[in-house]
This record gives sequence, structure tokens and C-alpha cells, in this order.
Amino acid sequence: MSLIETKGLSKMYGSGEERVNALMGVNLRIEKGEFISVMGPSGSGKSTLLTILGGLNHPTSGEITMDGISIYELPPEKLADFRREYLGFIFQSFQLIPYLTVIENVVLPLSITDIPNREQMKKAGEILERIGLIGKEKRLPDQLSGGEQERVAIARALINSPPILLADEPTGNLDTKTGKEIIELFKSLNQEGQTIVMVTHNPDNTRVSSRLITLRDGRVEYGK
Amino acid sequence: MRLKDISINNLKRRKGKVFFLILGLTIGMTTVISLISISRSLEEDISKKLDEFGANILILPRSEDLSLTYGGMSIGGLTLDAHTLNISDAQKIRQIEAQENIGAVSPKFVGVVEIDGKKIPLVGVQFEEEQRLKKWWKVHGTFPKRQDEILIGHEVAVRLFKSPQDPLLIGGKEVRISGILGETGSQDDFFIFADLSFVQETLNRPKSVSFIEVSAYCHTCPIDEIVRQISKTLPHAKVTAIKQTLQSKMETLDHFKKFSVAISIIVLMIGGLIVFTNMMASVHERKREIGIFRAIGFRKTHIMRIIFLEALIVGLIAGVLGYLMGLGVSYFFGPVVLGLERVRWTLDPTLAIGAIFLSTLIGVLSSVYPAVRASKMDPTEALRAL
Repeated sequence: MSLIETKGLSKMYGSGEERVNALMGVNLRIEKGEFISVMGPSGSGKSTLLTILGGLNHPTSGEITMDGISIYELPPEKLADFRREYLGFIFQSFQLIPYLTVIENVVLPLSITDIPNREQMKKAGEILERIGLIGKEKRLPDQLSGGEQERVAIARALINSPPILLADEPTGNLDTKTGKEIIELFKSLNQEGQTIVMVTHNPDNTRVSSRLITLRDGRVEYGK
Repeated sequence: MRLKDISINNLKRRKGKVFFLILGLTIGMTTVISLISISRSLEEDISKKLDEFGANILILPRSEDLSLTYGGMSIGGLTLDAHTLNISDAQKIRQIEAQENIGAVSPKFVGVVEIDGKKIPLVGVQFEEEQRLKKWWKVHGTFPKRQDEILIGHEVAVRLFKSPQDPLLIGGKEVRISGILGETGSQDDFFIFADLSFVQETLNRPKSVSFIEVSAYCHTCPIDEIVRQISKTLPHAKVTAIKQTLQSKMETLDHFKKFSVAISIIVLMIGGLIVFTNMMASVHERKREIGIFRAIGFRKTHIMRIIFLEALIVGLIAGVLGYLMGLGVSYFFGPVVLGLERVRWTLDPTLAIGAIFLSTLIGVLSSVYPAVRASKMDPTEALRAL
């Protein structure tokens, strides 16, 4: 059984003449431990695919299962729990909470769990050390560089030890050097067994991935 | 970290907006608390004035023969033929169920004596009780302390050319005028007040009482109930409540209370509206943030809890501040606005808890729609960056 499997996944926005087919009949199988890069021109459906995989956007038709769970058949609150337990999100522009410190941003997904504060902080400390942000725990996001903010976003995505990491243009707002460092971090995470699905515009980023999927006009053009 | 930390940190971030949010609700609570405090003080003031008004219950013998008025009220027959009151009746009044509401009980015996060819009403009183009953009396000289000392009304002093310490012959007995009443503008000016036992003996009616005046503290107690209890204790007496002064004062208080309730409702609605608009704006501003929360696994109820926690904190702070400021405002402005002597400055735990509860309730209720709206936000729409 694949970790992620989609069958005939379609998504339409709008209706009538304004109807847009963002995704059409996408069939995918992603195995545990894979590092998938999703590429394609703007409007090809990359972000739509990522939001559907992320349990945030109901497909118009088709099926999607993760770890054998048909996620869109879950009640809304169970779907939220699924996102927390199975998925780690890394957004293009970091999307950190501006009024929370680095460590608070990192432990944010744990704030709704029963995990005691001390354990939360211990976990966050371990991850911050792993991604090289020790000593900056008490800083606010606007006191960090773009690369550091991206690392905080990665730490937040990893705090729950989710089986799947979804990343949307993780180097999109970074300079080349920092972007390479982040991709190297992704590579090492994948080498440790982390399943990653990454949407990117940059062909260089795909070098470290185990498989490339190209979308065009809502269809899989290359790689399945 | 817990959800409360998110709420607290967000409030800290929006210091300016939160300040005005708390201020809006605080002003509402201040108004409510100051109106309640002033109402209470007004009630106390009325109660105090009621005491100063003197008697508010009059006890007469049951008699068809009404021959004299006293203090503007008819008094049962001086002849006291069939039904008379007795000095022991005054003691029985002290033993009724609502005895804690009884202030002064002043039995009186009224007769007429002739002095220097002039007929003058003679009123036998227990001076100690009379002093408690008529706090407005001003006496030139001293209050009688002995049986052979009397007090005369202003007009009596003028007509008889008498001064304090002058002797006077009443019923063949010599007494001394210990004091003269300052002009009251009432019938008291025309009376001679002497010790009750002395008058009873002089007029040869030992232990007889013409009527009894009672002062009951009734700003909160039902005066009709006291009247009923006295009537039951003294079936041979006619017990009447003097309600006029009480009623007009109580009506003023009632009007003020209604006005206070109306004003309170309006200001609290405005306070609620301020919370509502502020929370709506906050939710709108935090669209992206809410999208992040939803994306990383927050349930709708978690989002609502964050908003409600913020409203709860704001409500609590506004409740405490509103209570303290309300006390302050009523203390300093109550006397100026309503001419009260003073407004009580006491920390009333019930009122404090009520204020905090009400403020919190308004904060939370006003945030229901913003919270529901926030929880229903489409995370993909909220996270446009995705």
C-alpha cells in the first residue's frame, strides 16, 4: 500500500463559462520515504494539488488515500486531527506567527495536544539544534533572516514527527545560497526517512528529489 | 505552549487596539457600576431621611369620636371612653416579629390645661423616645430630664412670655421649663410637652395613652407587613401607615432606577458593539494566521477558543477596571450630580463579581459571531500564499 495514492483526482473552480479545471484526472502513488518534486508552469495546478494532498481543499472528484485513510471522507474535525498527526506544512513565505517567538512558533502544533510544556520545549530544542537555530529561541520572526525564518517553518512542520512533509516553494523567497542550504536540509531529512512532497519552480531543487512530477494544465505531464 | 498563550500574545501585540477595546467595555461597566452605587446611596439617603421624617406609623384607639388633630392627623377621642390605649401597648409593639425594623415607639397622652386663662394642649411624652423620633427638634435650653421639667412650643413661650428655667403651674403642680422648642412650623409650636407619667397623673388618667407614634425603618421592609403585625398584636387599636413622604421619595428612587437600567442597557450595548467590531476587524486581519492554524491541524473549536479566550481576558480586565472606576465616579460625582451627602465607598464582593461576570459575558457574547466566522474561514482562501 502506497503512503499517498490518488485516483482520478480533479478540481474545478467556478462554474459555467468561468469554470477552471485546476486538476484533471490526476493519478499518483507516493511511497514512504520518497522525495517528490512537483514542477510546472504557473496555473498548472501545483498548489491545488498540494492543498488537496494537505487536506485543505476538497477535490471535485476522484479519490485520495493516505496511509490507507480516505481523508476527505473524514468529518471536518477528524480531518483537522489528521493534518496535525500526518502532515507537516512548509509555506512559500514562511507563514510564521509574527507575535510568537521562534520556539513558540515551533511548538504551535503541540499547543492543542496534551503534551506537557516541558516536553514541548525539549522537543523544540532538539529540532532547533538539528536545523541550526540554537540561541535564537526567544527572537521574534522579524528579527530573523529569510533563511532562518524558513528553518523555523521547517522546525514547526517537523515538531509532530509527521509521516509526510508538504513544501510549497520552500526556496522561493530565499537567495541562492540560502536556498541551497534549505534544499540540503530537505535532502538530509529525506535520507533519514522523511517523505517529502515539494512544489518548486527551480529545476536545481529537483536534483535532490527521488522523483519529479511535472504538471501542465491540470494534468500530469511527466512522472507518476 | 497552550491556546491561552496564543491569545495573550496576540492581545499584547495589538496593544493600541486592545486598549481601546478594554476602554470601550470599561466605560460601559463604569457607567453601570456608578449608577448602581448611586442608586444604593440614594436608597440609603432616603432611608436616612425617612428616619428624620419621624413617625411613619400611627396607632390610635378604635373610636368614632375624632376630636383633635395632631401633626396634621386626626386623633381618636380625647375622652377615651370605650377603647383606650395603654402604656403596655407600647411595650407590645417592641415585641412584634419585625421588631428589628422598629426604631422609636413614642406613646403620647394628650390633654388640655388652662394657664393664665389660656387653654393650651398638654402632651405627655417619653422624652427619650421623642428625641429619637424628632431629630429635627432644636431646643433652646435643655431637654427635660426629670418629671418636673417640661418643654414648651415656640408659640406657647411667646404667648405666656416664658423663658427657659421659668416655673409654671400645671394642674396645681409647679414645674420648670427646661427648654423651649425652636420654631418648627408645625403644631408642636402650640404644645406643652411634659413627662408622660406626669401628664397621666395630672389629668387623672394613669397608664392611659391617646396614641402611639412609631418610626419604622422601612426603605427596604414592607411597611404594610409591620402595620399588619402591630394590628394583630393590638386588636383594639387602629394602626395606620403614613405613606405620603415615603411614596414620593420611593417614586423618585424608582424613576432613577428605571433611568439607570435604560442607560445601562444602552451603554452595555455600545460596549458590546465595540467588542464586536473590534473582534470582527481582528478576525479579518488574522485571516492568514487562522489559515496557518487550520493548516497545521487546529480544529474549528480551537480557533473559536482562541477568540473567546481573548474576549474573556478583555472582559475580565474591563470588569475589574469598570467596577473600580464605577465606584470612583459615583463617589466623586454622585454628591455633585444628585446632591447626595455622600456615596458609599465600599468594596461589595457581590457587585464586584457581578460586574466582572457581566463584562465577561458581554465580551464573550459579542465575540460569538466573529469566532464562528473565524472558525468557518476556508483555510485555502486564508492562505493565499499556498
